[in-house]
Amino acid sequence: MNSDTQALTLARFKSVCAGYRRPIVGPVSFEIMPGEILGLSGPNGAGKSTLLKALTGVARVFSGTIERRPDLSVAHHRQRPELPPELPLKGRELLALFKVDLSAMPLLLTPLLDKPLSEFSGGEFQFLQSCACLGSNSNLVILDEPTNNLDVQAIEALSGLMDCVGSDRSILLVSHEQSFLSRHCTRLVELA
Amino acid sequence: MDGIDIATLRELFILPFLTGLVLAVLLPLLGCYLRLRGEWLAALGFSHIAAAGSVLGLPLGLPTTLTATVATTLAALANALIARMGNSQFALMLVLGWAGALFLAANTNQGEVISEGLLRGQLYFSTAGHLVGALITLAGFLLSLHWLNRRLLIQRFFPDYYAANGRTNWHHELLFVVLLVPAVVLGTLAIGALPAFALFFVPAWVAFGLVRSWKHGLWLSAIIGASVYLLAFFIALLMNQPFGPLLALLLALTSVLRLVGPIKGQNSY
Repeated sequence: MNSDTQALTLARFKSVCAGYRRPIVGPVSFEIMPGEILGLSGPNGAGKSTLLKALTGVARVFSGTIERRPDLSVAHHRQRPELPPELPLKGRELLALFKVDLSAMPLLLTPLLDKPLSEFSGGEFQFLQSCACLGSNSNLVILDEPTNNLDVQAIEALSGLMDCVGSDRSILLVSHEQSFLSRHCTRLVELA
Repeated sequence: MDGIDIATLRELFILPFLTGLVLAVLLPLLGCYLRLRGEWLAALGFSHIAAAGSVLGLPLGLPTTLTATVATTLAALANALIARMGNSQFALMLVLGWAGALFLAANTNQGEVISEGLLRGQLYFSTAGHLVGALITLAGFLLSLHWLNRRLLIQRFFPDYYAANGRTNWHHELLFVVLLVPAVVLGTLAIGALPAFALFFVPAWVAFGLVRSWKHGLWLSAIIGASVYLLAFFIALLMNQPFGPLLALLLALTSVLRLVGPIKGQNSY
């Protein structure tokens, strides 16, 4: 890897072993380049989500290093995001937290904009959160199982949004759906 | 009110009235953020610690406002250190504060009178210091609202946003505590531990059941707090009733408003 490529790399995992009380994944090495959709695949319990959380600082890195480009900004869509009980917050208010450009959002999102979160289904909330992350100005969007609970239309809308990611941004995607990974990812990292 | 002229009324009641009114706006607004953070019991836990701290000032010969503030700040710091979401730690503070306040009161001159006033409410004994403190806290809250609101909402919905971006979250956590502690202490000293908790808890709870947007939730919480306070103040004054219990009772009665609110899904509680 030449120095120009190294300078562009958004994040680089070097022999990373990560976990919580003890290591549960690794050593793993890969880098995330601008403009790509990098998929992490592997069986349940392989540590895919833990690797994402190592990047976001939630999981502990036991050995190895994660190098971040100085201007790296991250939006993380968690697996099973918690839908808080009875908060009067409209969909558009949540999107406004990241100054999301609503005109760039899929039409499927429109009926959710003025709906309070307390009336969202789990799938609708998941979709809204994915849109918030993809619509943010972060240059790395982490999507952890974004298709969970989504119906076919929502998966299509999400796919369209992912396809619009520009050359200066990247997506780090974890999904148990191999077809979804194959369809979108420019590169796959397989965890044993 | 025979025999009491306007000047006397003003002298006796204008200061407590204004102090209570400011707190009746401030406490419900902070209550919205306690609900957002899933910490709705915090106000009751902290207010009992403030009560115990206040009674502790008597044997130490220190101003009760000072000892109440120190005790509540220490409790808030301990809570920040354990960094655990939920309400269990606040329930423990409630138990410790209640027991501590009553033990100290039983073994201190004037302690019983003070502690009863703190637990039941003693608005008419508010001081100018309480009013100034409440005004400063409200001003601080309103001035920082735009900045604080976005950060607290992001933290609730995207919990690892700050860590993921290499940013610390202690700025807004500290600011929230800096606003919450004086609000709890002043609420406890001026209104009483339980009535103050009612102002933190009920307006936000009722408003969240009625409105569909965050901004409306903040507005309605403040309006409910101020309206019920005005009603309680004047009923207590005109009918010679204890203010604290009356305020708590009227606030509790507003809960029926939730029955006319929009139908909520499975997420209500």
